[in-house]
Amino acid sequence: MIVGERKPFDEIKDKIGQFKKVLILGCGTCVSVCMAGGEKEVEILASELRVANKLAGKDVEIGQATIKRQCDREFIEPVVENAREYDAILSMACGAGVQLVSDVVAPVPIIPALNTDFIGITESEGVWVERCRACGNCLLAETGGVCPVTRCAKGLLNGPCGGTNNGKCEVSPEKDCAWTLIYQRLDKQGRLDLFDKYNPPRNHQAVVTPGRVTKS
Amino acid sequence: MVDVFEPKVVAFCCHYCAYSAADLAGSMRLEYAPNVRVVKLMCTGRVDIIHLLKAFEDGADAVYVAGCEEGACHFLEGNLRAKQKVAIAKRLLKEMGLEPERLEMFHISASNAPLFAKAANEMTERARKLGPNPLKREIVKAT
Repeated sequence: MIVGERKPFDEIKDKIGQFKKVLILGCGTCVSVCMAGGEKEVEILASELRVANKLAGKDVEIGQATIKRQCDREFIEPVVENAREYDAILSMACGAGVQLVSDVVAPVPIIPALNTDFIGITESEGVWVERCRACGNCLLAETGGVCPVTRCAKGLLNGPCGGTNNGKCEVSPEKDCAWTLIYQRLDKQGRLDLFDKYNPPRNHQAVVTPGRVTKS
Repeated sequence: MVDVFEPKVVAFCCHYCAYSAADLAGSMRLEYAPNVRVVKLMCTGRVDIIHLLKAFEDGADAVYVAGCEEGACHFLEGNLRAKQKVAIAKRLLKEMGLEPERLEMFHISASNAPLFAKAANEMTERARKLGPNPLKREIVKAT
């Protein structure tokens, strides 16, 4: 899933300062799971903004809505009419969602309430970690299901480097050395021969910006 | 006529501990601040950050959550979750411009009626010192 974090409150307050009627639009998929932009977070942000505005003596109308996904036009369309009644939309989706909402409800200004961080997994309650760089050239078959592009600080395709230290990375003693993990995993799988296999340099042409996938 | 400020304090109490402690405080004839409005929950794990924020939005001068002692939750860890939520809500209050001291988490066992009374008095006193919830002026103005 896409993991994001809410922007600092002061930044959000500052960005919507000029508007009198703001719709907070939540997204019910990835950012809902990582507790950054779902229905609950919309309610909390709305409450915070109402209180801060009241204390500042500002009269701002705050609306709330959460849709299933902001990265799919069909989910945005039912709220477009309502959204157009507002001076601005504060989107609590990832960067992709923010952009599609902006396209669909144009010309209403969109303000992102989150910083989109990475594609990741839930490690434990309230902790999310990056697992995929979306590099467009998946190597996981060779590396025992551990991604060196994401989890090795240097993104080495043929590791480990000299900085590996008892299974930890030289960058931080809290970080696992991805190549130690790969070795251990391949060992368990009885496929250590893959460890000796040379991985050619990454094909950066595989990532075309902006990316596009077409199924036809 | 002098306008005396009487704080309104909302207490979210767990059925298995703090609420029973409040009951016991009554049976023991313990005196505590009458400013406290108790909201009974089956577990403080039910408390959501939005409940705490809404209480302030609706004019509470202080709010507290009273759950079981750590390690004694009837539902294993509801009180620990409540503790985390209170900590987050305190941060949010600060961001919004309200004093985080208006909100607190207490751990009160069912047999500890004096502690319940103490918590009720402490939060009422805190609210008295901090003064009325600044949002209340707006609420009065609006009605």
